[in-house]
Amino acid sequence: MAAALLVRTLLGDELQLPRAAAMTSRNVTLFRSARAYGALLISGFAEPVFYLLSIGWGVGSLIGSITLADGRQVSYLSYVAPALLASSAMSGALAETTTNFFAKLRYQRQYEAVLNTPMTPGDVAFGELGWGMLRGLLYSAAFLAVMVAVGATTPLRTLAALPVTLLVGLAFGGFGMAVSSFMRSWQDIEYILAVEFALFLFSGTFVPVQAYPVGLQVVVRATPLYQGVQILRGITLGGPSWALLGNACYLTVLAVVTMAVAVRRMRRLFRT
Amino acid sequence: MSPATALPARAVLEYRLIKYRQSWRSATFNSLATPVLLLVGVGVSVGSYVNRHGALGMPYVEFVAPGLLVSSTLQLAMTEAGAPVFNSFHWERSYFGMIIAPARAADIIAGELAYLALRMLPTAVIFTVLMTAFGAVHSGWAIALPLVAVLVGLAGAAPMFAYSASVSSVSMMVVMLRFGLLPMTLFSGVFFPITRLPAVVRPLAYVLPLWHGVQLSRAAASGVGAAAAVCGHLVVLLLWCAAGAAVAHARYVKRLTP
Repeated sequence: MAAALLVRTLLGDELQLPRAAAMTSRNVTLFRSARAYGALLISGFAEPVFYLLSIGWGVGSLIGSITLADGRQVSYLSYVAPALLASSAMSGALAETTTNFFAKLRYQRQYEAVLNTPMTPGDVAFGELGWGMLRGLLYSAAFLAVMVAVGATTPLRTLAALPVTLLVGLAFGGFGMAVSSFMRSWQDIEYILAVEFALFLFSGTFVPVQAYPVGLQVVVRATPLYQGVQILRGITLGGPSWALLGNACYLTVLAVVTMAVAVRRMRRLFRT
Repeated sequence: MSPATALPARAVLEYRLIKYRQSWRSATFNSLATPVLLLVGVGVSVGSYVNRHGALGMPYVEFVAPGLLVSSTLQLAMTEAGAPVFNSFHWERSYFGMIIAPARAADIIAGELAYLALRMLPTAVIFTVLMTAFGAVHSGWAIALPLVAVLVGLAGAAPMFAYSASVSSVSMMVVMLRFGLLPMTLFSGVFFPITRLPAVVRPLAYVLPLWHGVQLSRAAASGVGAAAAVCGHLVVLLLWCAAGAAVAHARYVKRLTP
């Protein structure tokens, strides 16, 4: 009851989990029935692995090891791996909630049909988010297996890392949906991609944030992907600290606020 | 293969340019943002760690910048020779309009290649200027850098036209970009010397066009390079252009002939 009230206050909309799940299962059905589409979707996990081999292993061979804030030395590959995990959680969530969501919203007009049923915009938004999370979970689990295989983390630590990748996905899923509800045309995707690429490169991903100029450090510490990189690095390399809870709070707040914006925008677009 | 005729090829080029006018701001922004962000994010910042070991014998940004130049035009050209070409065959079907216009397959391909060259040239020039500002240029040969970049783009685009004309689903574009272009970009000596690759996969890098482009680009930026090697790289790139265009021509003819 209290939870329902909270959701209603935040979203200004009703949300029923079974209905949201119906939205999610629509995507699952498509994934399972269209073989080529399914195979293509699964193959997406290869991208961060290519980056891991090229930058982590290839460029890493020019760098050797890197010193952590607590003085420990780790191989460059192990250092980069958790950051690539975080950015893969980000890009998985963004792919589903920007390009695909926008196509369904403006071109395929799927939600217009859906909203003629008892579904509310809140159900649609959370159902789509749920699908984005499932897809992200797939990529994260596969990448964590690769990390264990190359010795970048231990199997036990992956159990703690997996839920964090979900949190990263939630935050970026909400963010992507909120942003795409404001998009005017396909051309705007190019700007989102550029911002995503900047986050990918400058979130303490490939070098410690302390290596940046002070001005840039302040900006980086305020961006969302940095939070995910921090938490996942703390977990996969061992020695997490309480400060990581702060990063987790940031992501939680971002997820809640952006989803509230996304649902409100959808209500407005469909005038329900 | 009959040679392209000037007028129809120009009409194809103009068609692409008119379409480009609708989206040039965002498209140009992205095709410049990617290499610039990589130059700073990898060249400078990761470079500060690479330089501590001096494994390359030169500052990392000087090593990586020429490679980023050619891989950015390759990316632009292969993407543009992908979904838009598929679109012209399947959804918009504009090629079927052109072929009765009358333009022949050779004219269409010539016009498309000319369009891509025009698309790549400004971003290549701007990036070359930026490279110079980052101190990654040490030779007058750098004036040739934009042309090298365009040549590499065409060497990737020509076979991509053949590919796009052959596949039956747009999903295959993602397959090529994910399993062709991305690994080629990451393992062709742009970010680290390919001598560090396992000996088993190295031949693949020698065959693909990007490594030759990276070597040419590095030679032009530094002014250091044996004439024979430079000629060899040029020949390989031209071969990719010619073979790609020939196969593309055959595919276009087959597809567009009623």
